[in-house]
Amino acid sequence: MRRLLSFTRLGAMLMKEFNHMRRDRTTLGMMIGVPLIQLILFGFAINTDPKALPTAIYAAENTVYTRDFTAALVNTGYFKIVSNADGKDVDRMLTRGQVQFAVTIPPNFSRDLLLGKTPQILVEADATDPVATGSAISALQQIRSTALQRDLRGISTGPSEPEPGFEVIVHRRYNPENITQYNIVPGLMGVVLTMTLVMITGLAVTRERERGTMENLLSMPVRPAEVMLGKITPYVIVGYVQALIILIAAAFLFGVPVEGSVLLLSGAAILFMIANLAVGFTFSTIAQNQLQAVQMTFFFFLPSLLLSGFMFPFRGMPEWAQFLGEALPLTHFLRIARGILLKGSGFMDIAADLLGILAFVIVASAVALTRYRQTLD
Amino acid sequence: MSANGGLAIDVSGLVKSFNGRRVVDDFSLRIPEGKIFGFLGPNGSGKTTTLRMLCGLLTPDEGQGTCLGLDLRSEAPLIKRQTGYMTQKFSLYEDLTIKENLEFVARLYEMDNRKARVEDSLKGLGLYERRDQQTGTLSGGWKQRLALAACILHEPRLLLLDEPTAGVDPKARREFWDEIHTLAGRGITVLVSTHYMDEAERCHEIVYIAYGKLLASGTADEIIADTELYTWRAYGHEADRLASKLRGTEGVASAVAFGSKLHVSGVDADALARAIAPYRDGHDITWEETTPTLEDVFIHLTSGSKDNFA
Repeated sequence: MRRLLSFTRLGAMLMKEFNHMRRDRTTLGMMIGVPLIQLILFGFAINTDPKALPTAIYAAENTVYTRDFTAALVNTGYFKIVSNADGKDVDRMLTRGQVQFAVTIPPNFSRDLLLGKTPQILVEADATDPVATGSAISALQQIRSTALQRDLRGISTGPSEPEPGFEVIVHRRYNPENITQYNIVPGLMGVVLTMTLVMITGLAVTRERERGTMENLLSMPVRPAEVMLGKITPYVIVGYVQALIILIAAAFLFGVPVEGSVLLLSGAAILFMIANLAVGFTFSTIAQNQLQAVQMTFFFFLPSLLLSGFMFPFRGMPEWAQFLGEALPLTHFLRIARGILLKGSGFMDIAADLLGILAFVIVASAVALTRYRQTLD
Repeated sequence: MSANGGLAIDVSGLVKSFNGRRVVDDFSLRIPEGKIFGFLGPNGSGKTTTLRMLCGLLTPDEGQGTCLGLDLRSEAPLIKRQTGYMTQKFSLYEDLTIKENLEFVARLYEMDNRKARVEDSLKGLGLYERRDQQTGTLSGGWKQRLALAACILHEPRLLLLDEPTAGVDPKARREFWDEIHTLAGRGITVLVSTHYMDEAERCHEIVYIAYGKLLASGTADEIIADTELYTWRAYGHEADRLASKLRGTEGVASAVAFGSKLHVSGVDADALARAIAPYRDGHDITWEETTPTLEDVFIHLTSGSKDNFA
C-alpha cells in the first residue's frame, strides 16, 4: 500500500501533463520556436573569425612595393581597403570606428627597403574587441615574410635572418577551417535545452500552486516521486524534439560534421535533460509564483551560458571560475556534444563528463525531493 | 468498525501557528460516524486550517487524535485514501475536460472499474453530454457540483467541505444539501464549513470557532439554549430604524434589523428590558420576547471573543 511508486498514479500524472501541454499551444509553440530562432540567430550571425574588416590605408608613396603589400593585405581575406587617405584622416577614422585597421606606409619605404634598412609599416588596430582583430593580426605576420618575396628576389635586403634549426608545424584539428558554426551549433543544443527545460518545469509546478490545484493534488494519495516523474517525463520528450531539430540543422544546414555516434549523444542528452529538469523542479519548490520561477531560471541560465565555455573559452577563465563551471551540467554537455560530433569521441572519451552530469543529477534530485512537501506547511 | 467508538473524528488539543500567530488554538472535536457537522465562524477564524489538519494537508504543531480510527500524525497517507476534501477555491484543472478531471482522480486513487465509475459519476451529475467540455467554462454552480462529485468518486468515509456553497444560487445550494444528506444516510461523515445560517440549521450539530478557539458546539437548539441570550423582537412603524439608536446602549449586546423587524439581544434580561423601555410606549411599535436565532447567538459569540490578530 505504501509503495514508493504506483504506475497507475504515475500514468495519471503523465496523462494530465500531456493534456496540459496539448492545450497550452503558446508554450508548446515556444518550445519548438525557441531552438529554431536561436539556431538562426547564433548559427548564422555569430562569427568569431571575422573577415573583410574595413581598413584605411595611407601610403606616402606609390611604388610596386607598396602596391604589392596592399594586395597581399587584401589577399589574406581579413582586410578590405575602404579608403586611401592622408595620415590625419586615418587616425580620425579609427577613432570614429569607421575602420578597424589603419595602415601607414611611411615616405621612402621603397628606398629604405632596397637599401636594406628594414623600414617600418605601422598597422594600428581598433583592439577594443580582441576577438574581432585577433585573427587578422596573426595573418599580418604571414605577410611580412611572403608579401614582397617575388619583388625582392635577387636583391639583397641587408643581413638576412639566420634560418632556425627547426620547423613548427601546426595542425588545426577537428575544425581546420576555423568555422565558428562547428563550435556554436553543437553547443546550442545544450544552451536551448538548459533554458527551456529549467523554465518549463519550474513553471509547471508553481502554476499548480498559483492556481490552487496543488491543494487538491496534495489531498489525494499521490507520492512525491510520482509528481516529479510525471512532471518531468513529458518535457524529456519535448527536449528530444528540440535536440533533434538542432541536430538535423547542424548536419544539413550548417554542415557540421557528425563524426561520432548519434546514439551515444542521445544517451548523454537524456542525462543532461534530467539534470536540467531536476533544477527546474527544485526551483519550483522554492518559488512562490511563476514570476519567481522565471527569475530563478535566469539566475541559473546566465552562469551556464557564460561559464560553460559556450560563449568564452573555458580555459581562459581563472581557476575559481573554472571550478564553478565544472559544477554546471552545461559545461560537461558542451564537451560531450562537441566531442562526439567533431572529434568522434567514444563512450570512454566522454565518461568523465557523464560522471560530472550524473553527480549533478543526484544532488539536484535529492534537493528537489527533500524540498518537495506533501503538506502545505 | 467501532475500534474508535464509532467516532469518525476524534481530535484534541490541536494547535497550529503561522509566524507566531496561533491560528488554531487548543481545538478539540468528536464527530460520530454518519453525522453532518456544520463548521461555523467568522472569516480568518481557523476553519480552513483545521480542515487541512484533519485531512493531512497540514501537520498540527500540538495535539493528537484520529480520523476514521487512523492516527492523524503517523497515518496521514491512509487517512487521505478514505477522505474527500473539497477546497474553498475550485481546484480541479480548468484546462482539462470534465471527464479528464474525473479520470485523473480515479487513477490517483487506483480505483478499479474506472471507466464505469467515471461514466456513472458523469451521468449522476447530468454532465455526461458535456463530458468533453473544459471545466474552466462551467458556471459556479456546476463547478461546485463537479468538485463534490470528484471528491466522492473514491467513496470516502469522511468528507471535509470548505465553504462548498459560497457564491452558489439558492436552488443549487438546496440540491447540494440534499446530496449531503443522502451521503450521510449511507454512513459518510461530513464536516462542512459555511457562513449560511440556513445551512447550519440543516446540520446535525454545529461547531462554532472564532479566532482559533472553539466557542460553542452542539445542536442548533442546544447552542441557543446554552448561550443564555435574551432577545426581543420589535415590529411596527419604522422599528428597524431603532437599531442604530439601541446599539451601544447599556445592556444591549446586539441590535440587528431584519427587514422591517428588529432583533435586540443582551445577556442580562433586566438591563435589556431597561434599554428598550424608552421605545416601548408612545411608539407605534409592538415588542415581544422571543428565542434568539442562531444568527443572534453567533453575532453575540463573535463580538464577545477577542480577536487575537487585532
